[in-house]
Amino acid sequence: MHSFSYVAPKSVDEALKVLSQSEGLVKPLVGGTDLIDQIKQNRKNPSVVLDTKHIPEMMRLEYSVQDGLHIGAAVPCTDTAAHPQVAKLFTALYESCQLIGSTQIQNRASVGGNICNAAPSADTVPGLICYSAWEVLLSPRGRREVLLEEFFKGPGEHRMDQDELLLETVVPPPPPNSSCHYLRFIPRNEMDIAVAGVAILLALKPNTRICTQARISLASVAPTPIRATDAEKSLEGKEITEDLIIEASERAVESASPISDVRGSAAYRKQLVKVLTRRTIKACMESLGQAL
Amino acid sequence: MPKIHLSCTVNEEPREILVQPWQTLLEALRDEFGLTGTKEGCGNGNCGACTVLLNGRAINSCCMLAAEAEGQEIVTVEGLGQNERLDPLQEQFIEFSALQCGFCTPGILMSARALLNKNKTPTEHEIRLAIAGNLCRCTGYDKIVRAIQATAEKEAHSGD
Repeated sequence: MHSFSYVAPKSVDEALKVLSQSEGLVKPLVGGTDLIDQIKQNRKNPSVVLDTKHIPEMMRLEYSVQDGLHIGAAVPCTDTAAHPQVAKLFTALYESCQLIGSTQIQNRASVGGNICNAAPSADTVPGLICYSAWEVLLSPRGRREVLLEEFFKGPGEHRMDQDELLLETVVPPPPPNSSCHYLRFIPRNEMDIAVAGVAILLALKPNTRICTQARISLASVAPTPIRATDAEKSLEGKEITEDLIIEASERAVESASPISDVRGSAAYRKQLVKVLTRRTIKACMESLGQAL
Repeated sequence: MPKIHLSCTVNEEPREILVQPWQTLLEALRDEFGLTGTKEGCGNGNCGACTVLLNGRAINSCCMLAAEAEGQEIVTVEGLGQNERLDPLQEQFIEFSALQCGFCTPGILMSARALLNKNKTPTEHEIRLAIAGNLCRCTGYDKIVRAIQATAEKEAHSGD
C-alpha cells in the first residue's frame, strides 16, 4: 500500500478539524472492508486515513419510539443486526446486514460505510430507503440532513462534501401494520454482490389486504439505488391480489435501467426485478398474516 | 512518515511494536510478530485465509490496519489450544482429514472457533454460514463441516 498517515480522533470536533485542515485527501475509515482494498488497488489515494471508531457518536445504536433508530456510521453490521429492535421492527435492515459479504466482513463493515461506498448494489440501502431513512452529515459549517434516497449521484458517488462526515443514519419507526423485506439474487448462496435486489415496505389496513402504503426500492439495476414509484402507486389504496402483484412487478421493471455486465445482462436483471418484486410482496403479505 | 506505537494483546500476551500507518494487521502479525500461521490469500477480504479473532470475533486481518488494533485483543491460529495441547477443533480436523494443502486451514479454524465460542450447538447451516468467507480449493468443505460438527458435539458433552 502507498503511504498515508493515520489518525484516530476521539471526538467529532477533532475529526472535523482533520477533515477540513489536512492537506490532500482525507478518507474516513470505518470497517475498512472496501477502503483498504481500494487503497491497495490505487483506486483511492488518501494522504490521511481518519479512523472514526473511537468517536462515541459514531458507535451509537439506539432505538426509541419517539426518535426512531439511530445507527452510528461506524457500528458494525453484526451489532446492527443483533439489536433486538432491529430484528423485530426493521426486518429488511436485519436481513440485509446479514447478507453483506461474510461473517468476517459483517464484523467490521458498517451500514454507514455501505452507504458512503455508494455502490448501486449496496444491500442495506433499498430497505433503508423504504423506511424513509435519512443521513446526518456534519462539517465545520454545521449539521445537515439528507434523505437516503437523495444521497447518491452515481456509482461510487454521493452528495457529501469533502469536509463532511457521515455521523449516523436515522430510521423513523415503520408505519403501523406494515412489513418490509429485502430479497436479492446472487448466483450462489453467500459471498457475492447482488445481481439485482428488491426491498418493499407494505402497510395494510388492519385485518384486510388493502394496501395503505407501499414503498419499493431496487438495487443493482440503475446507476444508484432507486425507488419504483409507479409500482408503489399501483398498489396503494387497492386490495392486494395475485393479479395486482403481477401488475406491480411489471411496473417495477419499468423503473429499472440496468446495464449488462459480468454479473448479468440487462434483460436478465429486468426479469429478476419482476420475480423479486413478486416474491418480496408475498413475503411482506406473509409477515402480515395475509399470505396469498 | 513516523511509525505508530501499537500496544495490543496477541494470543493473551501484551505486545508493543512500532508499525507503519499503512501496514495491515496481517503484515504486522506475520512480519513483526513472526506469527506466520495467518496467511495472505486474496488480500481483499474474499478468501478468509487471513482470518484472526479481534476481541473474539472473526475478521479479515488483510482488510484492517495494524494501527486499528490499538488496545484490542487478537488471537491467531498460534493462540489456539494450550501449551502442547491442540484445540479440539484442530484434533477433529486431523481426525476427519479436513485439510489437504492446509493454506486455508488457519483461517477456517479461527472462523469455526469464533462460531463455537458463541454457539455451542450450531446447525449445519450455521456452520456453513460461519465459514462462507473462507475458501478452500482442496477439500470440498464436507470434511471441514463434519470436523466442526464433531467438535461441537464433543464440547457440548464435555460441558466445555
